[in-house]
Amino acid sequence: MKNASAAVALCSILTVFACQAGAAGGQVVIGDIDDLSGVYADTGGQGSIEAANMAIADFGGTVLGKKIVLLSADHQNKPDIGASKFREWADQNGLNLLLGGSNTGVNIAMAKVAAAKKVPFIVIGAGGASLTGADCTAYSVHYAYDTTALANGTASVIVKSGGKSWYFITADYAFGTQLQDAATRVVTANGGKVLGAVRAPLGTTDYSSFLLQAQASGAQVLGLANAGTDFSNSLKAAAEFGITKTMQPAALLAFISDIHSLTLPTAQGLYLTTAWYWDLNAETREFGKRFFAKMKREPTMDHAAYYSATLQYLKAVQAAGSTDPDKVMAELKKTRINDLFTKNGYIRADGLMVHDMYVMQVKTPAESKYPWDYYKLIKVMTGEEADGAQPDPTCPLIKK
Amino acid sequence: MLGIPLPAILGQLTLGLVNGSFYALLSLGLAVIFGLLGIVNFAHGAFYMLGAFAAYIGLQAFGVNYWFALLLAPAAVGLIGVVIERLFLRRLYSQDPLYGLLLTFGVALIAEGIMRNQFGSSGKSYPVPELLRGVLHLGFMVLPIYRAWVVLASLSVCGVTWFLIERTRLGATLRAATENARLVQAFGINVPLLVTLTYGAGVALAALAGVLAAPVVQVSPLMGSSLVIVVFAVVVIGGMGSIIGAILSGVGLGLIEGLTKVIYPEASNIVVFVIMALVLIWRPAGLFGKE
Repeated sequence: MKNASAAVALCSILTVFACQAGAAGGQVVIGDIDDLSGVYADTGGQGSIEAANMAIADFGGTVLGKKIVLLSADHQNKPDIGASKFREWADQNGLNLLLGGSNTGVNIAMAKVAAAKKVPFIVIGAGGASLTGADCTAYSVHYAYDTTALANGTASVIVKSGGKSWYFITADYAFGTQLQDAATRVVTANGGKVLGAVRAPLGTTDYSSFLLQAQASGAQVLGLANAGTDFSNSLKAAAEFGITKTMQPAALLAFISDIHSLTLPTAQGLYLTTAWYWDLNAETREFGKRFFAKMKREPTMDHAAYYSATLQYLKAVQAAGSTDPDKVMAELKKTRINDLFTKNGYIRADGLMVHDMYVMQVKTPAESKYPWDYYKLIKVMTGEEADGAQPDPTCPLIKK
Repeated sequence: MLGIPLPAILGQLTLGLVNGSFYALLSLGLAVIFGLLGIVNFAHGAFYMLGAFAAYIGLQAFGVNYWFALLLAPAAVGLIGVVIERLFLRRLYSQDPLYGLLLTFGVALIAEGIMRNQFGSSGKSYPVPELLRGVLHLGFMVLPIYRAWVVLASLSVCGVTWFLIERTRLGATLRAATENARLVQAFGINVPLLVTLTYGAGVALAALAGVLAAPVVQVSPLMGSSLVIVVFAVVVIGGMGSIIGAILSGVGLGLIEGLTKVIYPEASNIVVFVIMALVLIWRPAGLFGKE
């Protein structure tokens, strides 16, 4: 009795960590570890949990006669929290699949757990290309977008339209530096050059000093290799200091939630690359409508990817007739992905899901005709254009 | 200097002055509350955030413009502070200061959680008021007029607050009440009311800083938590409870941080703490604190 009430007390303390799990075997357990409370909570967060639940409901709630259960936890942008939660679920809750939310640093730590525990791990919210390069594992899939694709989209469109000299403001952690490196490669490959870069700590609120340095460099393009509120705050300050008049800002990663919170007068004209947009076609609009009914906002590309990844995993389990990690991974890697997120996507040997990416430009207030009408399509990149057809040779799984 | 051109140094110093004014205004409120109530107000960042959101909500829902928000948002948030003091903090004065710290920390988490639930974590944009748009050409840099206004406004408020507490009869009474509440009460002064209003005023100062910051940064639920730790360091460096120490170290650290952003940007968010450690070794009570 005493133990039971202690367990109840512990559960109530850990409510955010969803205590419904425990009985492995009779259930298929999907976990989601994401930033639920910090700077990236709007791009994924609760919306991603909702999207995964929508996929589970659409699938029928059971697979192979077992109930599908979704667990979620907040990694608070700390790699140690993410990795230890993953380990705990794998050891105690019979975890069958982990969905990785934002933050490359956390996801790199979790990939190591995926390899050790042999649990399929689909990264959605994080961008670092090393997740299918040096940090790849046999159980990882990188699903929505990566730094290579972002750079190949936004940076190449801008360099080719004349923006030859660049200065970067980079978030000082794995994601930012990988994004800057990828963009630098694209810029120099297209005959441009990088005049300098400054690494701003994650969560910096005042970007004016960095912007002044960017302006002093005389570069034409201001490359923002950051995300979330870091991106919003840097772009907002650039507009305030009149820097957007002399330099062209390039959003190397921006979500529709960022554009919504910045509002069109500040964000108009910005180029960005996205894996998905709610207003692409009838299917995406339909998903947008369902998501909006629950969350009161349009889904980001991460939300759509959470839906798609959950659904594809469940289909793979059904087709394989088992939740055995190796069988499910083999099934996932041989099946083409066709759903509202992408058409004809496939998972490369290194774990990257190769699919179309879209280069968008943010509309002006005059061009925007209805709520959330924010992007106009500039260019569709095939998955091969975005990421290359060949697997990343730095991935240890790839035989040279 | 250090191979960096003079205009760049001047530019960074100007920006440092802007940030320093924010630090000064925020640490001022903290110093007032600690100096007069002995409460380590961990909810200070949350009140700063609520001030910014009050301005945003006022504008969106009621059409309250920036200038009225400068008065109304601090008043509204100050009132929340008064309620918290009356209901909770009041019971903790006789306890270890740790209890006050834990309570205010809890209040901050609740406030941030509620705002995140309502507005999301990516925050909202607040427009720069019409009158303060545009830039000043200083020769070595362009400075948005709004930032110049921030320096002017916060340093004036700091000056007035310092004057009130250190140079007026009201301030003398306040200081006396913290030294010996019973004696002051014996003179017919309502000390509990005085304490409540002081806490309310300290909270209102945080909210005022929030309104001033709203057009500059994204108004987001986490805007305070990233700042409050730095502001605590500023107060510790200045000397806990010292009004003048809070103001001077706020501005000074803003300038030093500004220079760090050119010399070694990666360290810009820890330089304040390095200085804090050095100051504590050399003068444990802070630069202006009483031993």
